[in-house]
Amino acid sequence: MQQFIDGLIGSATGMERELYYFAGMLAFGALVVFGFILPLAGITSWLERRVWARMQSRIGPNRVGPFGVLQWLADGLKNLLKEDVIPTAVDARLFRLAPYVVVVGFVAAWVAIPFGSSLIIADLNIGILYVTAVTSLVVVGILMAGWSSNNKWSMLGGIRSATQIVSYEIPAALAIFPAVLLSGTLSMQGLIEAQGWQPWSWHMFHSPFTFFAFLLFFTSLLAEGNRTPFDLPEAESELVAGFATEYSGMRSLLFFLAEWGNLYVIGAVVTTTYMGGWQVPHFTDNTVLLNAAQLATFFLKSYFWVFVAMWIRATLPRVRVDQLMSLCWKYMVPLGLVTVLGTAVTMVAAPEGMPTLRYLTFGAVMLVVLQFFRRVVFHLRRARGLGWTMAG
Amino acid sequence: MDASAIQKKLEAKFGGSVGPVTTGLLEAWIGVDPDKIAEVAAFLKDDPDTRFDSLSNLSGVDYPARGHIEVVYNLMSYAKRHELTLKVSAEREAPRVATVCNVWPGANWLEREVYDLLGVDFVGHPDLRRILLPDDWVGNPLRKDYVEAPSYHGISTVRESMLRIEPPSRE
Amino acid sequence: MSVEIEMEDGGGLATEEMTLNMGPQHPSTHGVLRFIVKADGEVMRKATPDIGYLHRSIEKIAEKVGWHGFMPYTDRVDYVAAMACNQGWAMCGEALGGIEVPRRGEYCRVIAAELSRICSHLLAIGATGMDIGAVTPFTHALREREMINDLIEELCGARLTYNYMRIGGVAWDLPPGFRKRVTTYLDHLEPTIHEINDLLSYGKIYAERLGSVAVISPEMAIGYGLVGPNLRASGVKYDLRKDRPYSVYGDFDFDVPVGHGEMGAVGDCWDRYMMRIWEILESAKILRQACEKLPDGPVIAKVPRNFKPPAGDVHVRVEAARGDMSWYCVSDGSEYPYRLHVRTGSFSAMSIIEELSEGLMIADLVALIATFDIVAPEVDR
Repeated sequence: MQQFIDGLIGSATGMERELYYFAGMLAFGALVVFGFILPLAGITSWLERRVWARMQSRIGPNRVGPFGVLQWLADGLKNLLKEDVIPTAVDARLFRLAPYVVVVGFVAAWVAIPFGSSLIIADLNIGILYVTAVTSLVVVGILMAGWSSNNKWSMLGGIRSATQIVSYEIPAALAIFPAVLLSGTLSMQGLIEAQGWQPWSWHMFHSPFTFFAFLLFFTSLLAEGNRTPFDLPEAESELVAGFATEYSGMRSLLFFLAEWGNLYVIGAVVTTTYMGGWQVPHFTDNTVLLNAAQLATFFLKSYFWVFVAMWIRATLPRVRVDQLMSLCWKYMVPLGLVTVLGTAVTMVAAPEGMPTLRYLTFGAVMLVVLQFFRRVVFHLRRARGLGWTMAG
Repeated sequence: MDASAIQKKLEAKFGGSVGPVTTGLLEAWIGVDPDKIAEVAAFLKDDPDTRFDSLSNLSGVDYPARGHIEVVYNLMSYAKRHELTLKVSAEREAPRVATVCNVWPGANWLEREVYDLLGVDFVGHPDLRRILLPDDWVGNPLRKDYVEAPSYHGISTVRESMLRIEPPSRE
Repeated sequence: MSVEIEMEDGGGLATEEMTLNMGPQHPSTHGVLRFIVKADGEVMRKATPDIGYLHRSIEKIAEKVGWHGFMPYTDRVDYVAAMACNQGWAMCGEALGGIEVPRRGEYCRVIAAELSRICSHLLAIGATGMDIGAVTPFTHALREREMINDLIEELCGARLTYNYMRIGGVAWDLPPGFRKRVTTYLDHLEPTIHEINDLLSYGKIYAERLGSVAVISPEMAIGYGLVGPNLRASGVKYDLRKDRPYSVYGDFDFDVPVGHGEMGAVGDCWDRYMMRIWEILESAKILRQACEKLPDGPVIAKVPRNFKPPAGDVHVRVEAARGDMSWYCVSDGSEYPYRLHVRTGSFSAMSIIEELSEGLMIADLVALIATFDIVAPEVDR
């Protein structure tokens, strides 16, 4: 069959076999990038703007398409049509290249994201390591952008970003270890398969150590993704626009595309390692239906963390550079080591797992969440009592 | 302490450099010699009875008819909760007044402003540069005889509006 | 190939000083301010302010437009809290001309000035939050500010440059039902301020960013002529409304809050920020009393259209939102003021930055400008 198709295409186009295989792969890659990753990043940007607007008593983009959901498309088109300004004094080659490096770094991470038990581009056996590695490629692009812009604000932004991402790689990597220890594999699918669909069977609730590892992981991913409260590289009020100061048009947009895309990657990685990924109860033998359910579950879980990141961005101020570093090296790295050791010790003490500890951790976390929602309800009631609109 | 008591104190210390208490329309003030003002200010700040720890305002006024520029010091004391006005008259042609920068650091910018807009040279000021206007501006706009140059770096300063207000004639 | 690393005398890595030009167009400079920052990486050696980008010669204009005609220009001295500037100029004219303002007029002034003070402080609170990186408090503060703008619009038809006061009183009496609406608004505002505290002021990151940063001792504050909230944050309890009452402020019972170093040292950025929160609550107290005690009668005294105060000079001090605004005004008996000089709170605050900036980080400079609540046009006039 394959030989027949090969022969057919070969005779029709007269191309070498390797060449059209390569062309086919490129076409497929482009399809995935333009048909899936870009819209996802775009919709995440729209979601962020809407969520943010609601939290700030504004409305947000609501004109393009239903609820303004196509706003990202309009913005993208507009930016494509803008002049691509290359200032005279910049290092033009690096300046042009930088946004692509950033985008490549973030697109490459999608290769290993498991959307379902069979919905993954490549289930690498070093999946989680690969994701951590390629997302760090972003820092090279940012540093290139900051350096080549020939602008001190850009350079400060680039350097801040480099220090920040390089430092927070360590707590992030340390916080992955507990999950890897529990699963015994680095593969993304393997990590998920080691967990169950019930919340208490997620790695997150294995023991208090893994729960703290999860918190550390999420925090350091926020820092790596340049998200508030760690958005120092593009701190608007300090560095104008940080490394992106000199960029305009589509190149500027590519940075933001990568930022919003990365936001989803953060959610997806957290979901995979600690939140049970696509795990659903085995309710049917129909593979298509099962995978659809898994996809939905995965999206729901990952967008929950995306939402939390947006929520944090709307709530918290920004930390200072020295505070950022001391938080990383004085608190998060030691805590990360403790979580790794603690998980290892619990695993040695109870190789078959400790269900009681699981339920206790789960219960304790649920109590905290419950208390949180009681506070939210209390504040909502108080706010309503104030009456947000004035009579007369 | 009221102005006359302070004036007696000052006269005992500085003699003829300090003028009598003059009551204007509303407020009393003491005249001081331009080169003595720094010492008077330092004395007023340190003396336990006066303790004028703050310079509330420092303004310059041009009086071409009288041929001098007056620098007005509005002092106030947070410790004693009282106020005092000192006035210094300087030659209009080449006004020179001793700086009070070393007494109240806040005077630094206020003196620069008077230098900028009225051209008073504060002797001993550490950083006497124009503050509000560009460094290459010609003239001191708050002097009464200031005539605006028709252009600044090729930018016309002439207003064509019908609503132009003619400057009032004086004297 | 070996890399030679240059070492400084102390043994550390040799670094190079970098000169950064912050402004005149920069997101955190609240208008057009410019700082020439000499920095060693993120740590500043010195930040020299360069002002004058918004100099509109308001003092010179005063000499050309006449006593009544200058009133709209005073709005532009400090456009964020213009009522106090209106009041300062009106008081200059009244003092020189010996005009007695009717009591109802004074009460209207107090109500207007306190509303505009709350307005200004809300903006300051929101802008500080935004400069520290929290954007939500800004929109929440502006939402509350809009309601005051609505009230003031009812009062004088303008939302920003009010031109409400006149020499001798105020232009218009309070509209019917205005007092009721003010108290309704205050009922709503006071809990909202506590909400801003919950959301922002006592937040861990926020307090860490502002606490113990750029501490100003009382001696330094007084020496540089810091005024108003910036001075009181350093622990000096002095408020013109209380200690040297003008207008009818003597009639009201209110406190003068001072900084007490809750999140670090007395006189740090956090204290300066909190002064605005506390002062809003005190202004609300004054407003409630003023609305309650408002007497009947005319709101403006008879002042001749061709107003010519006798020759003389006067020094008027008004507690504006950014502190003691000091007006020195000379009249030569003609229909035009002879000379006017305004010393504003932001001007003094700017002059202290050069000395204070040494050793701060660039992010701290942003916090410092924000908590000083510097309004650029007020610096340059």
